[in-house]
Amino acid sequence: MFAPRSDFSTELAGLFTNIFWWAVVVFVIVEMLLLIALARFRARPGAAHPKPVHGHTALEIGWTLAPALILVFIAVPTMRAIFATSGHAPEGALRVEVIGHQWWWEYRYPTLNISAYNELHLPVRTPIQVDMTSADVIHSFWVPRLGGKRDLIQGRTNRIAFRADSTGEYWGQCAEFCGASHANMRLRVFVESDSAFQRWVDQQRAAPATPAKGSPAEAGLQVFRRSACIGCHTIAGVAQGKVGPDLSHVGGRATIAGALFPNTTETLHRWITNAPSLKPGALMPPQNVSPQDLDALIAYLQSLK
Amino acid sequence: MKSWLTTTDHKRIGLLYFWTAFGFFLIGGLEALIIRAQLVRPDGGLGVSAETFNQLFTMHGTTMVFLALMPLSAAFFNFIIPLQIGARDVAFPRLNAFSYWVFLLGGLFLNASFIAGPLFGADRLSVAPDAGWFGYANLTSRQFSPGPNVDFWLLGLQILGIASLAAGFNFVVTILNMRAPGMRMLRLPVFTWMTLVTQFLVITAFPVITVALVLLMFDRFFGTHFFLPAGGGDPILWQHLFWMFGHPEVYILILPAMGIVSEVLPTFSKKPLFGYTVVVYSGVVIAFLGWSVWSHHMFSTGLGPIADSVFAGTTMLIAIPTGVKIFNWIGTLWGGQIRFTTSLLFAVGFIAMFIIGGLSGVTHASAPSDLQQTDTYYVVAHIHYVLFGGTILGLFSGIYYWWPKMTGRFLSEGMGKVHFWLTLIGMNLAFFPMHFSGLLGMPRRIYTYPAELGVTRFNQLSTIGAFIIGIATLVFFWNLLRTRWRPSNAPANPWGGATLEWAIPSPPPVYNFTVIPTIASRLPLWQTERHGPMTPLPDRPPAPIHMPGGSWWPIITAFGLPIIAIGALAHLIPIVLAGAAVVIVGIYRWAFEPFEM
Repeated sequence: MFAPRSDFSTELAGLFTNIFWWAVVVFVIVEMLLLIALARFRARPGAAHPKPVHGHTALEIGWTLAPALILVFIAVPTMRAIFATSGHAPEGALRVEVIGHQWWWEYRYPTLNISAYNELHLPVRTPIQVDMTSADVIHSFWVPRLGGKRDLIQGRTNRIAFRADSTGEYWGQCAEFCGASHANMRLRVFVESDSAFQRWVDQQRAAPATPAKGSPAEAGLQVFRRSACIGCHTIAGVAQGKVGPDLSHVGGRATIAGALFPNTTETLHRWITNAPSLKPGALMPPQNVSPQDLDALIAYLQSLK
Repeated sequence: MKSWLTTTDHKRIGLLYFWTAFGFFLIGGLEALIIRAQLVRPDGGLGVSAETFNQLFTMHGTTMVFLALMPLSAAFFNFIIPLQIGARDVAFPRLNAFSYWVFLLGGLFLNASFIAGPLFGADRLSVAPDAGWFGYANLTSRQFSPGPNVDFWLLGLQILGIASLAAGFNFVVTILNMRAPGMRMLRLPVFTWMTLVTQFLVITAFPVITVALVLLMFDRFFGTHFFLPAGGGDPILWQHLFWMFGHPEVYILILPAMGIVSEVLPTFSKKPLFGYTVVVYSGVVIAFLGWSVWSHHMFSTGLGPIADSVFAGTTMLIAIPTGVKIFNWIGTLWGGQIRFTTSLLFAVGFIAMFIIGGLSGVTHASAPSDLQQTDTYYVVAHIHYVLFGGTILGLFSGIYYWWPKMTGRFLSEGMGKVHFWLTLIGMNLAFFPMHFSGLLGMPRRIYTYPAELGVTRFNQLSTIGAFIIGIATLVFFWNLLRTRWRPSNAPANPWGGATLEWAIPSPPPVYNFTVIPTIASRLPLWQTERHGPMTPLPDRPPAPIHMPGGSWWPIITAFGLPIIAIGALAHLIPIVLAGAAVVIVGIYRWAFEPFEM
């Protein structure tokens, strides 16, 4: 069911499975007793009045102690797991700061001096220390197969720690109701081999691509410079807006708009033209750009690998 | 008409509570059906907008908790409790009427938000509360919720809190002081006991949410920062306050249903309740423990491992008294002569379904396991097994059981059984697949989900189940309505029950008891080893009975409260003051009204 792919999720799945089987045992016993009682003691015409039994002390003590005993078998591994998942990674872990925004994710790698947006890249089999906070309302970080949930709360720092076991793309989503587009606040985690991760880091550290003279992307850069884009978005060396995600490497991402759509010409087109219609409440207003300029702009954004 | 507006008769007020709450139950159910219809397809569903969807699930939760389940229980408190303890009415009849009118007006105020949009220069269906029934800060701040939506919610809940508190004090006093001679505490029927425990929870839990709502009101109206981190406040404070109320609230919803089941099972198996004292004490223990578990709603907020361990432990303890009750109910059935009436079927359905909700509750109690489940559809499944499989099935059992007493007319058993089986099938089809949707990664409170998540099939099953529940409820509604044209032929004790309400005619006369009976045993109408049944009461009162007349002041005072709320909503101080004047004048005249007519 869970298909856990990290030490954190494996711990949780093991605990759930343990409780699940206790629950199945209790469920079967109680429902069987109930059904037997209903089948055996249905009223029959002419039967004598049942004996007015008021209780049975030994029996009642017994069925008080039995659940208590079962709970011990659940409580002990629970306490152990609470401390095991309390969020402290071993020395040398890679630190990632997650910042929630309505309705997108910002990731900072303070030791690597890079940032990412909505798509989190992590090296496989490396302990990760995740520190979380929010820029606005409460969000909750959740990647079902890797880790979470932990709430992102403005003014506080929450932590989880995990180590992803296998490479791959993992799906996640904000789990705490955070306003109009809560459903659209999604994320991806790319767990990569060390070399692939290093390549990605290098790419993020590089300056954004400069379009070739006379290319459509070059025209797009000019459109970007004279449009409202610069008020909210950063592209290193071009603009320093802080309201929306940094676009310095947007062309290299698999998805856009809070991991909501694949990063294609078509979705970029729809997104820039009318973002709030795709993502209710989105702060980016519909952009009034001529079709020609829009094509150029998209070409530029796609060139920012 | 006038006699209903001014009534102080607990039986009439009980019926008013019943029909009003049932109306809100239908509205809340309709909201649920729209929610389920939207989720039948991934990636956009049937086109319900995010904004509308958020209002629908907020109002569904708020309506079901505050306007349907609590007042449906209150209908039985009103109608049945005075009869079970051998009283002529509640302790404060006019306060009782006041509670009802405040509840009705508070409910109308909340629901008016659906159509009030144009008054605020917005569309219809745009200013209803939309921050969830839990209203987490700091999403509820002016900055992130600028419209009147959250104002409707916080003002409406404050009005409803007044109704609950007034009724809570009223019933505590009634049960403690108005018992018939010989009705010692450990001779009280279990339903009365659970009501008493519930009302203690009401009068201790509602002040907590009232404080929270007042702080929120200050944040929104007067610029304070109790819950705003940007101003040095703390949004987690809201969660502590809300769940300190919210968890006892769960027991406020479930304990009355447990009381009903504890009445229905003995009657239909012709055996006294197995382990009466243990069932009563375990109810009290559940209530006490209910105060020490609130943070299990907050395991993902990062309280730290010590707090998580403590709250995981206390939460697990609740399983013990709950399990004891379930075993005692089965012990009651065991060795009896069970008559499979609709009421009994619903009571048994309660036991069978509540176990599922209880067991999934244990998986939440385990804090790390809960990290995976919290805020997903797994929790939605859990609460619906507890509040639908538990509370609602219990309430249905009570309705089939007491309807002849309340109206003198029988509900159709045939339609009742159709209602039961459709409900049981519908609820399992609706709520069981939600466990899987949640574990596979579907968060709650989302208006759409991607097909790639792999939960589409489960959502479709849930939607089909929800509509089956809808059909079942229509069958039930028709069953209720048609009793109006049925003969009033219910005898005093149609089921052979053992408690006092069955000693008087159905429906009871306005004075209830011709003479106040003297109680010698826990089962006054039954022959047990040591006690014979009590002697029947005379048909006519041997002496004139003095009954209180009606009063206009409760309803007039109640009207002051929504006026205050409307003033606050519109930011018009004069209207607030006018509403306050109505309340003050109403209470003053009420206090000096000669109540002997």
